[in-house]
Amino acid sequence: MRCLRMLVRILVLLYLAGAPALAQTLCQPNASNGYRVRISIKTALGNQAYEWNENEMFLFRATMAFAMRRYYKTETYNVDNIIVCNQTRRVSFWFVVISPENPTMLIPKADVEKAVSMSRHRINNAFLLTDRTLEFLGIYPTLAEPVNPDTPPWLIVFGVVIGAVFAGIIALLVSSLLQKRRKEKGMMEDGQDEEDRQMKGVENGINLDGIYNRGFTDDDRFTKL
Amino acid sequence: MRFPKLPNPGLDDRIPSHQELERMEKEEAGDRPKWDNKTQYMLTCVGFCVGLGNVWRFPYLCQSHGGGAFMIPFLILLVLEGIPLLHLEFAIGQRLRSGSVGVWTAINPYLTGVGIASLLVSFLVGMYYNTIIAWVMWYFFNSFQNPLPWSQCPVNANLTDLVSECARSSPVDYFWYRDTLNTSTSIGDSGGLQWWMVLCLLCAWLLLYVCCLRGIETTGKAVYVTSTLPYVVLTIFLIRGLTLKGSLDGIKFLFTPDLNELMNPSTWLDAGAQVFYSFSLAFGGLISFSSYNSVHNNCEQDAVIISIINGFTSVYAATVIYSIIGFRATERFDDCLEGNILALLNAFSLAEGNITEGNYAESLQNLNGTFPETIQSLDLKTCDLQTFLSQGVEGTGLAFIVFTEAITKMPVSPLWSILFFIMLFCLGLSTMFGSIEGTVVPLQDLNIFPKRWPKEAITGIVCLVSFIIALIFAQSSGNYWLALFDSFAGSIPLLVIAFCEMIAVVYIYGIDRFNKDIEFMIGHKPNLFWQVTWRFVSPLIVLVIFVFYFVTKVSSNVTYIAWNPSSEDFPTLEVLEYPAWIYVIIFILAGVPSLVVPGTAMFKLIRRCCRIDLKLSAMSLGHSTKNTPVQ
Repeated sequence: MRCLRMLVRILVLLYLAGAPALAQTLCQPNASNGYRVRISIKTALGNQAYEWNENEMFLFRATMAFAMRRYYKTETYNVDNIIVCNQTRRVSFWFVVISPENPTMLIPKADVEKAVSMSRHRINNAFLLTDRTLEFLGIYPTLAEPVNPDTPPWLIVFGVVIGAVFAGIIALLVSSLLQKRRKEKGMMEDGQDEEDRQMKGVENGINLDGIYNRGFTDDDRFTKL
Repeated sequence: MRFPKLPNPGLDDRIPSHQELERMEKEEAGDRPKWDNKTQYMLTCVGFCVGLGNVWRFPYLCQSHGGGAFMIPFLILLVLEGIPLLHLEFAIGQRLRSGSVGVWTAINPYLTGVGIASLLVSFLVGMYYNTIIAWVMWYFFNSFQNPLPWSQCPVNANLTDLVSECARSSPVDYFWYRDTLNTSTSIGDSGGLQWWMVLCLLCAWLLLYVCCLRGIETTGKAVYVTSTLPYVVLTIFLIRGLTLKGSLDGIKFLFTPDLNELMNPSTWLDAGAQVFYSFSLAFGGLISFSSYNSVHNNCEQDAVIISIINGFTSVYAATVIYSIIGFRATERFDDCLEGNILALLNAFSLAEGNITEGNYAESLQNLNGTFPETIQSLDLKTCDLQTFLSQGVEGTGLAFIVFTEAITKMPVSPLWSILFFIMLFCLGLSTMFGSIEGTVVPLQDLNIFPKRWPKEAITGIVCLVSFIIALIFAQSSGNYWLALFDSFAGSIPLLVIAFCEMIAVVYIYGIDRFNKDIEFMIGHKPNLFWQVTWRFVSPLIVLVIFVFYFVTKVSSNVTYIAWNPSSEDFPTLEVLEYPAWIYVIIFILAGVPSLVVPGTAMFKLIRRCCRIDLKLSAMSLGHSTKNTPVQ
């Protein structure tokens, strides 16, 4: 009986010792279902850069587990399911995700990619980084959709400017005409006969109509003369 | 001792005498427009002279011809060529109280061609110059958004990547060549009208019309803003520029003198050409503006002051531009270096901060020693600040590509963009006032339109016709047409006209009479400096520049640069030869205004001969039949 218990304990101990070793063999550089992560903290934060240590790595694994949970909509994923290896001073490392049900099975690359893409924003923010400084090599960030306003902003400014210009032209032309009318009235009072006055009146009438009716296409009006 | 001059009968009948001028001055007779005050006149002339060339041609010339050393030929030629010609135009306009056609016709009817040539050149140059203003307005309209549209590449249709044409060149290039011009690949490929360009062109011409509606009555008010605002903006940019990293490198690069360049004849040629074109001489606008002055206005002082202001503005603008270019070059250099450092860190998995700008060179050397193949495979770019600084461009490239890129790197970019394009707009518009004056007044003098037509109508017609013809520049190939106009319409004919002007005043009007006129107007005879420059030095300089220009243009193969995304060296611009039919256009642009000068003289001569023949035959008929002559 005691021998049997000891055997079971040894087997359990061997299994527990072997499991991480097994897990480690699953995570290798250029693994078929793994991704390489490259982190540039100093580039992103400059003076306020934090140091990359085991705690930060723990946060990364937790965030990845969160991403997997979110993608699969389950609560089975844990920090242990994210295995990391080959960490360098650059700060870059490889990671793989193992299935919570079967520790020997790796989650396929495509699913991991979708999970990461879905929660990319949350992962970035957990580390105060961006798509450029927290790189998942092989997963390209989807480019932001261009903001397309209904009216292009330049048309609005154009409308304002051209409205002001039209108003200016009309104001100046009208004031020119009024000035001429006043001058002619002054000359008429110096004693011209009725006929001339009528003629001038008719002329003025046509001119005024031209201005009031057609705004700036005065030019066309005059070219027809 | 009288200076030799050509015979010129009947001159006294054609021009008002000194007594008449005094009488006109006292009674303020005539309906000739007048300046409200001296400031308006000075601001208008300064605005006409100071234009886009001061901002985007002079800095480039300065930097490419030996920096500070370029000042020497520039200042020498300013004094020997610019100031005398300016004084001459001011004095003759003020004395004969007429626009360009009126002045030359009064001096001698056979010289009307000089006035007509000025009219044609003002018209052609005005057309393409206002198109540049339309481009400036387009950029101005697009500056009211954050981020600026030329700061990032647009994303392609399926949101997978940036647009290829933009990714291979740069966002500013893409915005200029694609979004603004939608340029075609050659001048023959017209590509149709671009509606947004047509709208901007319409806006530019309407704005010009509203400012020039009543001649100097309206432009005189407008110049208070358009002539002063550029200086304010330049100062703001100088202060902003000096606080940016790398600006002093730019200024140092600009002004570092290379005295060897003084031995190069093209330096002197370019300096002379720059002085000449910078003063907007031979357009007829200055003569016109000066003719609205009172008779005793001190035109000598005006000429000197305006020349000094023009020279100072060139240097000031160059300083500002190169401080910003220095900033841009430093930014590019830093980006280049950062990219290389990142590549090294990634390749060798070194910790961040291991390689910095300081130890980049030695780190690279070490790594190259140990891992040469890896370094090779990385394909690192060579980053050299001097190369980036000497990427100084001129013309539209400077304003719409280099400067706009620099603006995107500055904080609060839309504000700087708005300020910059307002400045360019004001510089261009005040020059256009002179162009319009140089077109409208000769048309009135030539009595092409009935006399009772108001000035508003004539200005409107000129603006409308110019707008319609300028629609060429709103096509896809518009940029190439504009470069064509710029090279030919605004170069050779002006030199011809300026040369003829000097010959006309000195040898046909008579320098002695001219001296007496100036003595009457400003109270003292022009001194020896003016005598020497008017009679010999300035005509000689203009002749030399003309000969060199003509020979260079005729002997060289005329080519242009085109934007072709499918060319091998893209994004470098492709060098193409003009098609054969362009030579007809070149002849119309450069040849017709130049040939109008002798052409009109010949025409008048033939007409006079015909009339004399008719008269003689009529008189002989009259003698024989004792009837009154038909004439």
